Amino acid sequence: MDGRQWNELRPIRIESGVLPNADGSAYVEMGKNKIIVGVFGPREMHPKHLAKPHTGVLKCRYHMAPFSTDPRRSPAPSRRDNEITMVMRYALEPAIFLERYPRSSVDVYAEVLEADGGTRCASITAATVALVDAGIPMKDLVVACSAGKYNGRVVLDLGDYEDKNGEADMPFAYMPQLNKVTLLQMDGILSAEELDQCMNLALEGCKKIYEAQREALKKKYGLEKVEKPQEKTAAEPQEIDEEEDDA
Amino acid sequence: MSNKYGITSRLKLKKIQETLTTGKRLDGRGLLDTREIKIRTNVLEKAEGSAEVYMGNTRVLVGVKIGVGEPFEDTPGEGVLMCNAEFVPIASPAFEPGPPDENSIELARIVDRGLRSVGVVDFSKLDIIPGKKVYLINVDIYILNHAGNLIDASAIAAIAALRKTIKPVYEVKDGEVIATGKRVPLEVLKTPVAVTMLKIGDSLIVDPSADEEEAMETRLTVTIEDDGNICTMQKSGPEGLTLDEIRKAINIAKEKAPGIRSKIEETG
Amino acid sequence: MMVGSMLSTSTPFESRDLVIPGDVLFEGSIRTGDNTYRSQGKVYATRIGLVEYGRGIVSVIALEAGYNPLVGDLVVGNVVDIELGTWVVDIDAPTEAVLNVPEAIDAPFRPDIVMPEILDVGDTIVAKVVDLDRKRTPILSILGKGLGKLEQGFIFRITPSKIPRLIGKKGSMVNMILKETGCNIIIGQNGRILIHGRTREQEEMVVKVIERIENEAHTTGLTNRIQEYLKQLKG
Repeated sequence: MDGRQWNELRPIRIESGVLPNADGSAYVEMGKNKIIVGVFGPREMHPKHLAKPHTGVLKCRYHMAPFSTDPRRSPAPSRRDNEITMVMRYALEPAIFLERYPRSSVDVYAEVLEADGGTRCASITAATVALVDAGIPMKDLVVACSAGKYNGRVVLDLGDYEDKNGEADMPFAYMPQLNKVTLLQMDGILSAEELDQCMNLALEGCKKIYEAQREALKKKYGLEKVEKPQEKTAAEPQEIDEEEDDA
Repeated sequence: MSNKYGITSRLKLKKIQETLTTGKRLDGRGLLDTREIKIRTNVLEKAEGSAEVYMGNTRVLVGVKIGVGEPFEDTPGEGVLMCNAEFVPIASPAFEPGPPDENSIELARIVDRGLRSVGVVDFSKLDIIPGKKVYLINVDIYILNHAGNLIDASAIAAIAALRKTIKPVYEVKDGEVIATGKRVPLEVLKTPVAVTMLKIGDSLIVDPSADEEEAMETRLTVTIEDDGNICTMQKSGPEGLTLDEIRKAINIAKEKAPGIRSKIEETG
Repeated sequence: MMVGSMLSTSTPFESRDLVIPGDVLFEGSIRTGDNTYRSQGKVYATRIGLVEYGRGIVSVIALEAGYNPLVGDLVVGNVVDIELGTWVVDIDAPTEAVLNVPEAIDAPFRPDIVMPEILDVGDTIVAKVVDLDRKRTPILSILGKGLGKLEQGFIFRITPSKIPRLIGKKGSMVNMILKETGCNIIIGQNGRILIHGRTREQEEMVVKVIERIENEAHTTGLTNRIQEYLKQLKG
């Protein structure tokens, strides 16, 4: 509908470490979606009576800004917001070493500043980058995107219009190195074959988004590495001693 | 508070007070120096107007949405302006998720009163079916990073967003309100600027950082409109102020406002 | 991601390559060092950082990590609560730390002790982590030279993972800063640093230097650059 191919992702841009007060953060733009995620933790869980003695707790919150949609939406959490909060948690939990932090919580807050379909997937993608940025130990990254059916055709990464007017929407989240699916939802009607096509399509989409996550994480340190060769020539004679010092 | 416990460290308080007696602040600023202000407008597509403001590390995003609704009972022939502020948890470990607390409500009301008292728009021109349907202007303030002085940053973002707001035009056809599909710029008549000052010891400081806010005895916000008149005031905090201190604060605000106003006007 | 390292078997990365969680660092038998985990015969990174292949061991030097309390750590913390016989201290760890009365006054707890007179909510302390209880709560002590309540200076915070770089090998980096600036500096392993100088200028110099070290912690040749920077700042 927006000129893309059936298996083409919307343009994606991810930036890590954007919020100074959060322990970790990330900003993602996917098509017209604009989502910012902040992570705090691991920190003492409050209220204490909800803390778990043998493992940490992952607390998520998915929230949409009133100006993120047309028409304006109320800032109070809707039932949909609560449901997405829950599936976000299920999508991210398998990737985090929560058992290392008994009595603590890791808090993930996703704020949707502008919405255009597929916000839960973009939120999960951004949340993962924020978790890594916060130094939370993880087994793998979690990548998410949706596939579905619009106008009789199986398509990748549904925008808002396609989601509202199509035949099916399937949000999908995946851990690429461990090859495990952590989020799978579907609304609409799909034959078993079409569902299979959707999952393969989503998998391919996730692989591309994974590259974007990696780039975003590396970019924060990339500049330093580029400067290094220049620094090296200036300090060449002392370089050998320095290596020992840096160990 | 910039920490989760809401407890101020004594060491920090002492350091802030000590440094202030030398006429400087922890970050090297003079008492009346504001941090660098950066304003970007039209940052959101789905909002009719938007602006993002950085004041030092404080970051505020405002989205303006224009819809149609019922007028206030006491002003049936006028459009409606509503300001709302969200202190979202990503902005600070001190912010809990949930409905607006008294601080975010106070901030929204200060910004609202600043816009309303100057008559930022001609509300009487924003009626559609007088008494029944009028334009609703929703100004939603989103704090993205709390590094102090949320009020002033939010006020700048609000007016900067309004100045760039494009209003969808509605008309009445057969007694029904319909969207014409046409859009016109919202006519903004004034540019109010809020200046918040903190009293710590004997010093009055402008554009407080989050640390300084923890050390505050009391706070005074003065909003100045284009002609140099005062249009809104708000005193907040546990301690009192002498009349002289108030007069001094008002003068400071009047001095600072034009500089901030030109920054806003630079965005067009 | 090319091979060609000094190891006898080829590795997916070279030492000091940037890796992210989930990256396969090694396949086969090798000891797992910091920030790695083994699953199904492969060793993966758990944090973003620089991979290090040592002799028979692979580890990751994390670029981002929260503070993980270890027994023996020197920490700088804030008292946030007072319970019976115990002060609760925030040290920026996954859980709050506790300081029990006997570890503060070298005498057993007596009901007539007025705890806020010794340490009150809002006070800042330098303490040692002496134990981690069954629930991984850090147990602190302020008995000992250089420990106790802090009355002067201010706290500057950096990422805990950069603290070793700030200290330097055998204290080389921090000693250089102390010498050149004349400030008193107490470095907490939890990323909190107390800075106290005789003049504001000295303190600001220290802050600038620490900020620079934090930004460039993962690069080489840092000690020399910081020495130059200090000379530059002193004018």
